[in-house]
Amino acid sequence: MRIRISFSKTADLRYTSILDLQKVWERAARRAQMGLQYSQGFHPQAKIQIANPLPLGFSGKNELVDLWIADFDSIHQIQQRLLHALPNGMAINAIEILPENAPSLPKQVESSQYRITFHDPQPEVNKLKNKVSGLLTELSIIRVRNGKSYDLRPLISSLEILLEDGKPTQIILNMPSGPGKTGRPEEVMFELGFQWQDFQVERTRLVLGEAQP
Amino acid sequence: MVTVSKPGRYAGGEFNQIVKDWEETPIRIALAFPDVYEIGLPNLGLAILYDQVNQREDALAERVYCPWPDMEAVMRAHDIPLFSLENKMPLREFDLIGFTLPYETLYTNLLNMLDLAGIPIRSENRNDRDPLIIAGGHACFNPEPMHAFVDAFVIGEGEEIIHEIIATIKKSKENALSRADLLRELDQIPGIYVPSLFRVEFRENGFIQAIRHTEDETKTGVLKRIVRRLPKPVTRFLVPNIQTVNERASVEIMRGCSRGCRFCQAGMITRPIRERKADEILAALAESIESTGFEEISLLSLSTSDHSSITEIMQGVMAMSESKRLSFSLPSLRIESFNPELISTMQGKRKGNFTIAPEAGSQSLRSRINKSISDEEILATATRIFEMGWTNLKLYFMIGFPGETLEDLQGIVDLCRQIRSIGKRLVGGRLKIHISVNTLIPKAHTPFQWLAFSSREEVTEKYRLISEGLRKTSIQVDWPHYRNSLLEVWLSRGDRRLADVVESAWRSGAKFDAWQEHYDDRKWLEAFQNTGLDPDFYSMRERLPDELLPWEHIHTGVDKRFLLSEWEKSKHGEISADCRLTCHACGIQSNFHLSCSQIRAGA
Repeated sequence: MRIRISFSKTADLRYTSILDLQKVWERAARRAQMGLQYSQGFHPQAKIQIANPLPLGFSGKNELVDLWIADFDSIHQIQQRLLHALPNGMAINAIEILPENAPSLPKQVESSQYRITFHDPQPEVNKLKNKVSGLLTELSIIRVRNGKSYDLRPLISSLEILLEDGKPTQIILNMPSGPGKTGRPEEVMFELGFQWQDFQVERTRLVLGEAQP
Repeated sequence: MVTVSKPGRYAGGEFNQIVKDWEETPIRIALAFPDVYEIGLPNLGLAILYDQVNQREDALAERVYCPWPDMEAVMRAHDIPLFSLENKMPLREFDLIGFTLPYETLYTNLLNMLDLAGIPIRSENRNDRDPLIIAGGHACFNPEPMHAFVDAFVIGEGEEIIHEIIATIKKSKENALSRADLLRELDQIPGIYVPSLFRVEFRENGFIQAIRHTEDETKTGVLKRIVRRLPKPVTRFLVPNIQTVNERASVEIMRGCSRGCRFCQAGMITRPIRERKADEILAALAESIESTGFEEISLLSLSTSDHSSITEIMQGVMAMSESKRLSFSLPSLRIESFNPELISTMQGKRKGNFTIAPEAGSQSLRSRINKSISDEEILATATRIFEMGWTNLKLYFMIGFPGETLEDLQGIVDLCRQIRSIGKRLVGGRLKIHISVNTLIPKAHTPFQWLAFSSREEVTEKYRLISEGLRKTSIQVDWPHYRNSLLEVWLSRGDRRLADVVESAWRSGAKFDAWQEHYDDRKWLEAFQNTGLDPDFYSMRERLPDELLPWEHIHTGVDKRFLLSEWEKSKHGEISADCRLTCHACGIQSNFHLSCSQIRAGA
């Protein structure tokens, strides 16, 4: 049976890469005795699919993973089993059953939504607004990453400033996913003139497309 | 944090981590492993102590590993003191920091960790507010090069003594004892060596004149601690969130070894043999798998196939790995006890590497080192292994044994070539043979402890002979750099004066000496020069039988008389049979007042 789990990845688990997260899930599923399925062949692999990687250091509110497991009675039962099998920094939001032949999870992800929160001292709001509108009017933003130049502008679908009384300033940023589209939120922040120590990033949502079997 | 490599090294939060209430727990212990997280996390010794301490209501144990140089730079730039992974508390705040020292090349890292924690590196400069610094592990069987930095050493096994140490610290805190008085109290515990309470007198020529206790004339040394019965094995292993060097549910099936190989320090210092029962081992494995979710299990011991119930254990392990989709590894199989019955339990399993350790190239040299297996037995085992479907074979050899001749080196080449032709015949093109050739390091407390280390020229010439002999065979040959072996020789055979060398090397930047890319022998040679000591005095000199050795006051329970007689037997190529068959009166039974055969079975 194929299930999709929406989960949070926070605290100590922020420093676990997608490859290591695969192991974290494999072991959690084994501890929970969910009858995790493995591929055939000489080097059987656990059947686990994780959506787009979350860069090291970012927390994720609604990350997604697909697991292939043995048949079960109810979702509630799976939830109960996982309760004591998850490491610190991981919690389940929801579990749903998926048709076996649904498209692969990474293919379904269309975009990622990030919430960027400023640390104190807070940036001056008017200045920030000017910078943001300046950035959004650019037609292309050429940056260099790992020795390769690329255009950051088409990787920003939307960028809004969120101001709430008594709370630090936030930015809500949407970036498309897909082959060759690997925009990183911190690069947008660098482009706005900020540095690592000025903000923290959280992925709030993975937006899935219509792709159906 | 995101700017350093692998920030997960400093995050903690592993499944099965134990985080206790700092304020509510009176005794706080930091368990430190002086190498990087990925190496330290799987260490079983540290896992055992973590388990022992955290089972107590009144104490907590937290972990700390050595920060990688990029993290160290960040910590130094921002004045961040070294902290524990559980409560993220600065190391200075703990009552006790216990370092695990399984090998000598970690010494500079220990100094570096103390310095990063803001604790004076020398014991003499610490005050009553500083934590107590304790070290244990196999390297501590010659504690002298570290005597200036460690307040007290645990000699031997830690499972029981840790509770006596906690009780002493508790008493000391309640009565507000001074540091000096606390050390006096610790000195009373059997198995604890407090170096500041011993004085070593040197002669002008660098030889040792006398080793004396400063306050108690009758105390001539420290006898190692053993546990009579192995405690319940650890099953709630920490499950890392980033990849480490090995991630498996391991169980120590047996401690000690009865074979008595004359070069093997572990075999001499871990006596007597104690076996765990098959049902306890299998139950522990099942429990570990359930609590960790690990995909691999491992049976640990110095000589796995010598366990009296190994076939029963293997059958259980195989049944478990079938039903729970596990792979298994069992290091340290021995050719002598690796019987067809045992092999048949592994029928049908996926085959990884298989390791054979002939150690020497001829049967006569193997008799000298007391590893008495014949070429025929080695070839027969290799044949069986290939027939069973293994294609990757690893062979361990050593050079530099006393009495080694050119024929013995040629023997290594011939043996490898013979095994290769058997392999070619049985498994064809998939055959992979890998040999590892180490240079003998004459370790303390072994019958070879009096020997000199091989010279650079000898070693180079021997390696040349072997690699030429194996040309065009596609056998891969590995050997360590001579300079790395030398460091191990100096540190494992050094006396108290080496403490200055260790400090000087650390001050000039030596750290992560166990890492090929970090080790810089010039720093160590300079350190010898700065302190006016001659490195060859420690490495190139054969020691005299009546000389006082730097580790003379550390007793393993194996008598010097026995080591000398084994050295004599080695010269004549005489073997000493497996001590389960014939007792050679090594001293263990009389020094510990026990019967080896009873204690082996856990009686």
